[in-house]
Amino acid sequence: MDETVAEYIRRTVLKIPRDEIKTMLQMWGFLSEAQLQTLNFHQAKDNISQEVVQLCEDNSADIKQAAALDIIYNHVYPNKRMWSVYQMSKSGEETDFFDLTDFKKKFKRRLQTALKNVTINFREYEDNAIWIRIAWGTPYKKPNQYKTSYVVYHSQTPYVFISASVIRSTLPLLCQTLVAASNYHDIREMELRSHCLNSLKDIVFKRYNQTFQTYYPRPLQERNVTSENVDLRIIQENKNEKERILRVNREVFGDGPQPKLEFAQYKLETTFKSNPTLHVSDIKEPFRCLVKFSSPHLLESLKSLAPAGLADAPLSPLLTCIPQKARNYFKIRERKGFFPGSFVSP
Amino acid sequence: HLATSLPLPSERDHLRPRIDLIAFMIDIKSKYSLKNVEASLAHVDASFFLGKVCFLVTGVGRVNYCSVETNAVWKLRDIYCSPVLYCELELEGVRVATAQRLLRMLQICAGHIPGVSALSFGSLLRNSEDE
Repeated sequence: MDETVAEYIRRTVLKIPRDEIKTMLQMWGFLSEAQLQTLNFHQAKDNISQEVVQLCEDNSADIKQAAALDIIYNHVYPNKRMWSVYQMSKSGEETDFFDLTDFKKKFKRRLQTALKNVTINFREYEDNAIWIRIAWGTPYKKPNQYKTSYVVYHSQTPYVFISASVIRSTLPLLCQTLVAASNYHDIREMELRSHCLNSLKDIVFKRYNQTFQTYYPRPLQERNVTSENVDLRIIQENKNEKERILRVNREVFGDGPQPKLEFAQYKLETTFKSNPTLHVSDIKEPFRCLVKFSSPHLLESLKSLAPAGLADAPLSPLLTCIPQKARNYFKIRERKGFFPGSFVSP
Repeated sequence: HLATSLPLPSERDHLRPRIDLIAFMIDIKSKYSLKNVEASLAHVDASFFLGKVCFLVTGVGRVNYCSVETNAVWKLRDIYCSPVLYCELELEGVRVATAQRLLRMLQICAGHIPGVSALSFGSLLRNSEDE
């Protein structure tokens, strides 16, 4: 077995939390059940990984199997990487029947023609998700297994989720390959990024609890009294206002859990407007300013702002439109409203 | 009675008992809360500032998240001649102690403690702060 493959497998196993190693190796299916029985999963991870490598040596593992283990790891722990969302488009109305084999063949061929030194691996999952792992090399160097990009393509949709490698220059090639392989014409990067892959999927596939107009909203009093441990000696003077805030919040955010985003970024390209005596507004050039909101769970914290008394309800639509517009990067230009990033093809 | 700001909603005027003590809560982590208190102070009748108003500054345990400067709080204390209490609501011990202090103040303001008036107690508190 190749040295690099052995080392790669060893490092991949080390990444897995000890309690999950057995399950993941079973998912991998490369080592037989009998072989797995010989492993002691209660020792230090260092030792476990050495034993795994030894077994892989016995089975003559190659890079293909090692890559499969890596895809499985990233499928179970996708939140360790940053994902961007891309949308593909085609001009005509033709809905081609998606052929997986054809896609994989075209993808490999297209990519390998452009760049000989790449490792490409595919893995399909039940929800029509195709995971693609690409390890990048250069025209002169073999693929570096530690510089990988991952693509998650739901073949029934025009959306692709990409976790790019550190080599930014590979991105245009990757996009072109995807477009060619899937019979689309164009691909654009949506202004939507997060570590939580499932939340990104929730947003673009509209799987989160969206708000709908109800004609007969339930009166809020019913819910409040039962859930809170209310001391009757405390009298809320602003009960009506509090209820209004809760109602407005519910209309904006809905009842269900919010998709998980870590930040929202607003790039201002507006001119500075200030007190006339300051004479700063004589400067006609746009005032460059970047506002970034970060949070472990941005949308939930935005949702709790008004009820906590930290902001007025309703919140600015710039904040609340994030899931509906499926973006968390904005450019704000002069005049009313704001314009989304333009349609760009690589 | 809990209120988010003043003035109080007029619909409930007839249901409200006499007000003996107003405690303005300022969250040291929120400039918004300070602004809110400043705006509400304008709606308080001058007679309350004779010992029936105090400022309760909360969130003092989290030094890293202070948004309100201590000077701003002291300015309020000086302009409105009212004492400032500091507490951290998230610690049960401090919470209970602060509640007991407020209760004591309320008893004095309501006239339940003979020999001590709201005004004298208020100036006592302020003088002890200056030392």
